[in-house]
Amino acid sequence: MPSTVSAVSYDEVAVGTEIGDRIFTLRRSDLVRYAGASGDFNPIHWNERVAQEAGLPGVLAHGMLTMATAGRLVTDWAGDPGAVIEYGVKFSSPVVVPDDDEGAQVSVQGVVEKKLDGGRVVVNLTVRHQGAKVLMAARATVQLS
Amino acid sequence: MPLNQDFVGRSYTSEVPFQVGREHIRQFARAIGDDNPLYHDVAAAKAAGHADLLAPPTFLVTTIPGSLGLPTDDPALGLDYSLVVHGEQRFTFHRPLVAGDELVVRSTLASIRPVGRNEVLVTAYDFLTTSGELVAEGTCSLVSRGTAPPR
Repeated sequence: MPSTVSAVSYDEVAVGTEIGDRIFTLRRSDLVRYAGASGDFNPIHWNERVAQEAGLPGVLAHGMLTMATAGRLVTDWAGDPGAVIEYGVKFSSPVVVPDDDEGAQVSVQGVVEKKLDGGRVVVNLTVRHQGAKVLMAARATVQLS
Repeated sequence: MPLNQDFVGRSYTSEVPFQVGREHIRQFARAIGDDNPLYHDVAAAKAAGHADLLAPPTFLVTTIPGSLGLPTDDPALGLDYSLVVHGEQRFTFHRPLVAGDELVVRSTLASIRPVGRNEVLVTAYDFLTTSGELVAEGTCSLVSRGTAPPR
């Protein structure tokens, strides 16, 4: 079965169209859940002692969890995540997740950066935590209808 | 210690296929806080044109054998895991991944190059079904901190 198509119409988006602006919260419990689901049990993602011994500022969110979280802006916009045909990021700054109920806030903004042939668009994501860009060159290509 | 360049170009293929399971997709979707019905409800996924539950795009990372996306844990590579950070990750889909797919992952250590004092290891992946259909491709860059050869 080929890639599916988003219900979003190619003709109704333009370069600069904003696809969303949201804040996601990551808590320690989310990191433990992600470790279990992904199989990445590196203790720097759940153990303060190990994180400090490794010279880190604290327990860090898995880069892949940050990538997945940012990607939700795109898949929610597309409706059908099967319409995402490419997704790539560079990890530029870690997300430190404190041992409290507030957790870490990650803001995600998405803008249509380019319209390609064949009804495809490139969405550029801006992903920040405490003002720092945690992902760079975060881009997804989506098949629109 | 710089990494061992002899490993560049080596390919590894997973020995046991990775079966994409419904409950694993649901568990992964819950772990990323995503209640998209196409990840949870088989009828909704089929109504949207998928053969079964759809896997989230980054679910692919769970199918890669080994740790940190590295295809080998051979000590001769010279990698100290405590020095490694994730640099980049990319996935390209030829079609969406769905429950029931059985994937064989072919991983190739594409390059090891110095960037300043660090070294960057790039691994390229082909995600194939057991019948040989290329479902997706991917790349992962790992940064090995401070191991570049002195210049």
